[in-house]
Amino acid sequence: MSIAAFVLRRLLHALPLLVCVIVFNFFLIHLAPGDPIQALVGEFPAPESYIAEMRKVFGLDQPLYIQLLLYLKNILTGDLGFSFYYRQPVLSVILDRVPATLQLMVPALIFSAVIGILLGILSARKPYSLADHTISVFALFGYCVPAFWLGQMLMAAFAIELGWLPSQGIKTVGVDLEGFSLLLDRTAHVALPFAALAVRHLAVNARMMRSSMLEVAYEDFVTVARAKGLDEKDVIARHMVPNALMPVVTIIGVDIGFLFTGSVLVETVFGWPGIGRLMYESIVKRDYPVLMGNFLITTALVVIVNLIVDLIYVWLDPRVKYNK
Amino acid sequence: MSWRQLWQQFRKNRAAEISLYLLVGFVVTAVLAYLFSPYDPFALGDETLLAPRADHWMGTDDLGRDTLSRVIHGARVPLLVGFLATATSLALGILIGSLSGYFGGRTDTVLMRATEYVLVVPRFFLALLVVAMLGTGIMKIVLVIGFLGWPEVARVVRAQFLSFREREFVLAARAIGASHAQVIFREILPNAIPPAVVVASILVARAILLEAGLSFLGLGDPNLISWGSLLSEAQERISASVWLAIFPGMAISLLVLCVNLFGDGINDVLNPKLRKNSNPVFQRHGISQ
Repeated sequence: MSIAAFVLRRLLHALPLLVCVIVFNFFLIHLAPGDPIQALVGEFPAPESYIAEMRKVFGLDQPLYIQLLLYLKNILTGDLGFSFYYRQPVLSVILDRVPATLQLMVPALIFSAVIGILLGILSARKPYSLADHTISVFALFGYCVPAFWLGQMLMAAFAIELGWLPSQGIKTVGVDLEGFSLLLDRTAHVALPFAALAVRHLAVNARMMRSSMLEVAYEDFVTVARAKGLDEKDVIARHMVPNALMPVVTIIGVDIGFLFTGSVLVETVFGWPGIGRLMYESIVKRDYPVLMGNFLITTALVVIVNLIVDLIYVWLDPRVKYNK
Repeated sequence: MSWRQLWQQFRKNRAAEISLYLLVGFVVTAVLAYLFSPYDPFALGDETLLAPRADHWMGTDDLGRDTLSRVIHGARVPLLVGFLATATSLALGILIGSLSGYFGGRTDTVLMRATEYVLVVPRFFLALLVVAMLGTGIMKIVLVIGFLGWPEVARVVRAQFLSFREREFVLAARAIGASHAQVIFREILPNAIPPAVVVASILVARAILLEAGLSFLGLGDPNLISWGSLLSEAQERISASVWLAIFPGMAISLLVLCVNLFGDGINDVLNPKLRKNSNPVFQRHGISQ
């Protein structure tokens, strides 16, 4: 199977999931206390004419299954509704926020993957050494500490107490920066939320890589590689690491959903204008169309990122073919 | 193995043993919160935003309430949610996993597809959405978090059913005319319990973190104190009164740490075949929090 066919197949495979999410949203609208129209519009004083129009568009006077079909049709044609709070279509409200979240998540994902894997290799080279124990203890704590609390603590230490880094937002407001100082300003703002988000992921990756390395350490091919007289560096880099990477890549894929979880909380702590913070704002403002749209878009994003992870997996392991 | 032997086995893992004692401590503190807390957690005081000192070990908040008393009372919600949500996940997961693994075929295909979907959906977003739209309340939080945990349980239970359903003792039970329900519950299910228990320990930790996150965003039960809501109150005052955030966060982290280490110990006892160098907390079926 070609790569294009693989991607297409996987996307088709995910389509029922997105339909399920839409149906789920639909049932929430009807389960929510009060008139469904409130959930569809949000709790704002919307003009009567708009409410009447929405009743018609979503067929609220029709039987439930017709309402469901209308709802599916509306969403699947790309109309996620209108946010009265932002006076914009829901889709554009959300898409405006996606870049900020990616600015935070992509570096956290790459950093925690690369450094986590390196720490895991370091740990596994000499198990139960001082370096291994240090990394293990750090990883255990990184795994148990809530990311948003870690964010609060980092903020208290580095932004408030020491004053080294800004505590809120994505950039300095009201200053026109360009070139290097722009980059510096952005980096300073991203540093703390990035750290809060990356630590747990880093911990998981380091531990996974360590145990995965130790699993392959006793495989025959490693013994053969050593028997051939290969340098220990080559044994690790060429024979152990490529084989040990597989389960770690799987975990990175599984954990991406967690990054979104972390992003809601961490973005809220640091006032980061991404989709996580949007989720929080929509809760506070009872902007239900944005909440539901955000859930759908985020699910779609997770599906796409998972697909990318799968492609990396196939690239890393020639035994896995696209037709799986 | 007798209980005594199991206990001996469990105690070989010192970290797990200490975690167990601490967990008992957490539960006793939560149950007897009124006895342990020096002040009424809701009583307003004149001395606001005090730093920690002899008569207020963890200081006071902006309304003069004693933080130590609030942290002690705040243990109840996370423990209750952790326990009840995991029980819900276990019940659902065992049911779905058993049906899927026992009957196979179409039932299996449909149920496993559903499992996969629930695993992919961004968990926290779903929980936020449900609680925000249907209203807060501790039972809703328990049900949502419980629902989000069943796929992990269903997967390990199904795997056990697949490996046991063709074994001789199962075939024998069927041959003497046992019903499906009898075969599922009496013959196979007992073998699926140990791995499910190990998964449950992870789910407890995850439920505690999810609840903390929900409360932090103001979606906790408004009538109850929870560590997450304490952190939410602390957020606004973090520049002047950092201790308001330090203690509840340490409490969450310590509880989650204990649950994970205890889970490791359980895993050592129930799955002794597991190789020494693997890390059960991180390896149990790629579960993420």
